[in-house]
Amino acid sequence: MITKFLAKAYLWLLLALLYSPILIIMIFSFTEAKVLGNWTGFSFNLYSSLFSGGMHHSLTNAIINTFLIALIAASVSTALGSIAAIGIYNLRSRQRAAMNFVNNIPIMNPDIITGVSLFLLFVSFGISQGFTTVVLAHISFCTPYVVLSVMPRLKKMNPNIYEAALDLGATPFQALRKVILPEILPGMISGFILAFTLSIDDFAVTIFTIGNEGLETLSTYIYADARKGGLTPELRPLSTIIFVTVLVLLIVINRRAEKQKQE
Amino acid sequence: MQNKLSQFFMRRRNWSIPYAIFLLVFVVVPLVLIVAYAFTDEEGAFTLSNFRKFMMHPEAINTFIYSIGIAMITTILCLVLGYPAAYIMSQKQFNTSKTMVVLFILPMWVNILIRTLATVALFDFLKLPLGEGALIFGMVYNFLPFMIYPIYNTLQKMDQSLIEAAQDLGANPLRVFTKVVLPLSMPGIFSGILMVFMPTVSTFAIAELLTMNNIKLFGTTVQENIYNGMWNYGAALSLIMLLLIAIMSFFSNDEDSVQNESGGVI
Repeated sequence: MITKFLAKAYLWLLLALLYSPILIIMIFSFTEAKVLGNWTGFSFNLYSSLFSGGMHHSLTNAIINTFLIALIAASVSTALGSIAAIGIYNLRSRQRAAMNFVNNIPIMNPDIITGVSLFLLFVSFGISQGFTTVVLAHISFCTPYVVLSVMPRLKKMNPNIYEAALDLGATPFQALRKVILPEILPGMISGFILAFTLSIDDFAVTIFTIGNEGLETLSTYIYADARKGGLTPELRPLSTIIFVTVLVLLIVINRRAEKQKQE
Repeated sequence: MQNKLSQFFMRRRNWSIPYAIFLLVFVVVPLVLIVAYAFTDEEGAFTLSNFRKFMMHPEAINTFIYSIGIAMITTILCLVLGYPAAYIMSQKQFNTSKTMVVLFILPMWVNILIRTLATVALFDFLKLPLGEGALIFGMVYNFLPFMIYPIYNTLQKMDQSLIEAAQDLGANPLRVFTKVVLPLSMPGIFSGILMVFMPTVSTFAIAELLTMNNIKLFGTTVQENIYNGMWNYGAALSLIMLLLIAIMSFFSNDEDSVQNESGGVI
């Protein structure tokens, strides 16, 4: 009984430690003070000025860029990765092993190495860096995760169904759409979500591929902001919103997954 | 022509070709470029001077060793703090809910810079000085989930009857742990160590924010050199980091960590 209590207490203590920084930010998102730690009374002002834009136009732009990049990168990665997974699954074992090996490189590589290597790629071929290069870079580290989340679905699938569809006169495209796609769709969705969050979260690869034409994502904005010494107060409500959204999303997804398992 | 093209795509293994080309251009070539830049000078002639420069430069060497030290301390702290948590959550007797695991993994999904600034905010709020202490706290805070998750995964998959068997055969709790649980969780521990050590040793920007620019880690050295146009030297430093990580992953079983990472929460 006592061990059980102690064990629970330990978990909660560790969680309190993990969450105390983010809690501080959340609490101080409801006050106006420029400097974090000063409490000047409860107010929603930071939230309203975050959404009114205008004054903090560059922050609004950075948020839009971040989501746009994540949306494009995640969509392309999902398409490319799903098609690739079907292809890799049908390769002969040696080629498949080679593809899987290269596919794992971006996952194993530290961000900074991926960043430096892509930076060298773009400068070597004289490609000017900006929106496109960031999107390409994000696709390159997101797609491997899509491949890895689609692959188990393919392995679970009965290979004869596809052949049966062809025998019954379906064109390969029809067979893909009606037979393979529904089977791998859950893998594609989780791959997309994973790619989307990875892209939003990325800082190291982005900073190496974003160039210096004034394009900002949320990460580079926060970085530049922090280097200047201060932290734009509006980042507090923004972090709070992101945090709560992620929390709710993850709990909902997890609950759903558990329910599915029980069924 | 049309016919040939559709013939080509009839074979599903050919569907891997676009991605193979993509991987070649955006993964293999860039890595080859790091090696190429590392071993050449600005004119493109072969040279070892980039590595010599590193060896002759006490500040770079010191930063390198210091970063390894910080990464090791962070890894050990994460292991010591994370293992019990993973163990408690994996054992049915403690009856913890699945949501608990999500709560531990959740910080992983929040932007690392926001997490770091939150740590800075906490230290400011508590009037604690920023410095080495803040650096280590921040690193543990940032990477603890990467330790807990793989260990939790292996412990959860462990066959519980093995523990019961050990107990039946008269082992006391300590012996059950050291002789059964610990050896069986080794793969998880190894991937956890790799997944904490690797990002810690390679981060940049985070250390500066946590120490008000007083402490620099090796990742920042790499970034600064690339930024200042010293591509060849920067590439050589990246290669040194890559070697360090390759050695690390050689000693741990990396196949597991890949699967854990991709397995994700979703």
